[in-house]
Amino acid sequence: MTEKRKLVRVVSTAVPIDKANIDTDQILPARYLKATTRESFADKLFRDWRFDAEDNPVPDFVLNDTRYTGEILIAGHNFGSGSSREHAVWAIVDYGFRVVVSSFFGDIFKNNALNNSLLPVQVSETFLRKLFDAVHNDPSTVIEVDLEKQTISAPKLNLSAKFDINPYKKVCLMNGYDDVDYLVSMKDKIEEFEKTRKNDFSIPASKEQA
Amino acid sequence: MSKPRTLFDKIWDAHIVHQQEGYPAVLYIDAHLIHEVTTPQAFDGLRARGLPVFRTERTWATMDHNVPTKDQDKPIAEPLSRAQVEMLSKNCKEFGVRLYGLGHPYQGIVHVIGPELGITKPGMTIVCGDSHTSTHGAFGSIAFGIGTSEIEQVFASQCILQYKPKTMNIRIDGTLGKGVSSKDIILYIISKISASGGTGYFVEYSGSAIEALSMEARMTICNMSIEMGARGGLIAPDEKTFEYVKGRKFAPKGEEWDKAVAYWRTLRSDPGAKYDRELIINAEDIEPMVTYGTNPGMGMGITQSIPKESDFAAENERADFIDALTYMGLLEWQGKPLLGHPVDYVFLGSCTNSRIEDFRRIADIVRGKKKAKGVEVFVVPGSTQVARQLEKEGLADIFRAAGFDMRGAGCSACLGMNEDKIPAGKYCISTSNRNFKGRQGPGARTFLASPITAAAAAITGKITDVRELL
Repeated sequence: MTEKRKLVRVVSTAVPIDKANIDTDQILPARYLKATTRESFADKLFRDWRFDAEDNPVPDFVLNDTRYTGEILIAGHNFGSGSSREHAVWAIVDYGFRVVVSSFFGDIFKNNALNNSLLPVQVSETFLRKLFDAVHNDPSTVIEVDLEKQTISAPKLNLSAKFDINPYKKVCLMNGYDDVDYLVSMKDKIEEFEKTRKNDFSIPASKEQA
Repeated sequence: MSKPRTLFDKIWDAHIVHQQEGYPAVLYIDAHLIHEVTTPQAFDGLRARGLPVFRTERTWATMDHNVPTKDQDKPIAEPLSRAQVEMLSKNCKEFGVRLYGLGHPYQGIVHVIGPELGITKPGMTIVCGDSHTSTHGAFGSIAFGIGTSEIEQVFASQCILQYKPKTMNIRIDGTLGKGVSSKDIILYIISKISASGGTGYFVEYSGSAIEALSMEARMTICNMSIEMGARGGLIAPDEKTFEYVKGRKFAPKGEEWDKAVAYWRTLRSDPGAKYDRELIINAEDIEPMVTYGTNPGMGMGITQSIPKESDFAAENERADFIDALTYMGLLEWQGKPLLGHPVDYVFLGSCTNSRIEDFRRIADIVRGKKKAKGVEVFVVPGSTQVARQLEKEGLADIFRAAGFDMRGAGCSACLGMNEDKIPAGKYCISTSNRNFKGRQGPGARTFLASPITAAAAAITGKITDVRELL
């Protein structure tokens, strides 16, 4: 069995990136996709927003603003659109985030996040605005994310909302379970499917291998 | 009488190995296409678990993202790229996966070689660690991009865990106008429903305008499904599909072919099948398109004007719009068309538009002409087979005579990962799929357009209504 990091409850301050349509090319530019290992991508996260062409930190980018820290990233609508690169999720995780909050996520990004114990919390646009305002007004605002109860709240401000997660992934995240183990445990069913299926023309009968 | 099903439902249902209430489906994958960038960590995962690749005969590898498009017969100069490409060779050898690597006659962009070799066929499930895997849906298959953890799932079990997405039917009726191509259809759709408007959906494209398209034009549309957030897009197979697949390397032969076609003919949405969402578009409303911003939804008809800041109601929308226009250097162009805006580079390539038909259309515009002074034009065929065909048909000579830079097959300047990049601040009109900030290189500014609109700009040196050149 491969045990993954468990995620049950995160209580932390947050880092707000108030921009919509942040695609995975922004989260991790393609030139950093040359890695062949699961090395740390933390210093590549938002590289072109964090650093200028001479590698000097861009002072007004939020990751360079020492007032904002924490394990929760808050971002605008349609976060993680574009390329399927899981490296974008690895970079966010390696940097130290455990939760990403947005009003909307790219599909593939969401799956990749869940496969890396990074919890995508989708809230309404109105709630997202309130969170942005709360954190902008007071960077020390503590946010609580409770996966068991599926709630996100800022207790001091009386802000609270429910969020959805599929039941299978909830169990996986809370217990550190892994999809590959689950699938490999299905081997008999998979082989049975292969034997009994009809209309499979995907590989020519000759089993030609080039 | 069973419930009418959509094309998507039929293929999905035929691939469910196991479905537990509340759990994602265990979905069987017919073909797994892999490349050098998103697989090394998945192979490492297999090694750590002591697992083999479960079905090597259903796995195909090539090299595309990270390869240079010059001197492909020499070792790759850039050490990290070379290491990644060598890693793929090593992994394929160790795990027994067939590889069409650099120098192999079948090498090319994964979404070009799949159809070209007949790997892609109707009724299949196809995945690849690349979001543009949606391309293969043009053949009436369920094809979508996956992350590296999911690649490891498919390696280990030939299955993937998926919740069934919602379905959307986008029907395009009518006849396309002169100079309007399938790239314009998809850019038009995305401009209407936004870069996130398709998220959570699998899209079926239908209607007379889709039926009239060639297979290659259909691939362009399905390819960019992801640019509206949709996981994939598909088109019901028809005689054109069968004709395209017939005789290709991995196509069924003889009696098996007849059986296959008989089955493939059943792959259409039943009358009365329900979609979660439907959208109807008139082909006549579409003109050649161009994007002005930093996501593919920020597009417009070539004669239309860029919006103005005051057109946006919400403060954060205004801020995002100004941010995009600032990046593009187009603040002064608000409320004006892009016609006449100079371009520095023209990129003719990518998994969206690098098939032989794309280059034939481009050649029709370019034949006997020269590129504009100061403009650099990259011609990057989608596969080594396309590159050969360009030479054979004399198209490469037309492009060379025009002063275009003929290159070898690969992803090239679509994604600013390999050596081919657009310099900071320069404008590139591109037949690729993404105009994100930095996509074609740090600071590069991208206008997305069809192959012939890009070709027109190559000749004039500025954004041009290609209809004037026809």
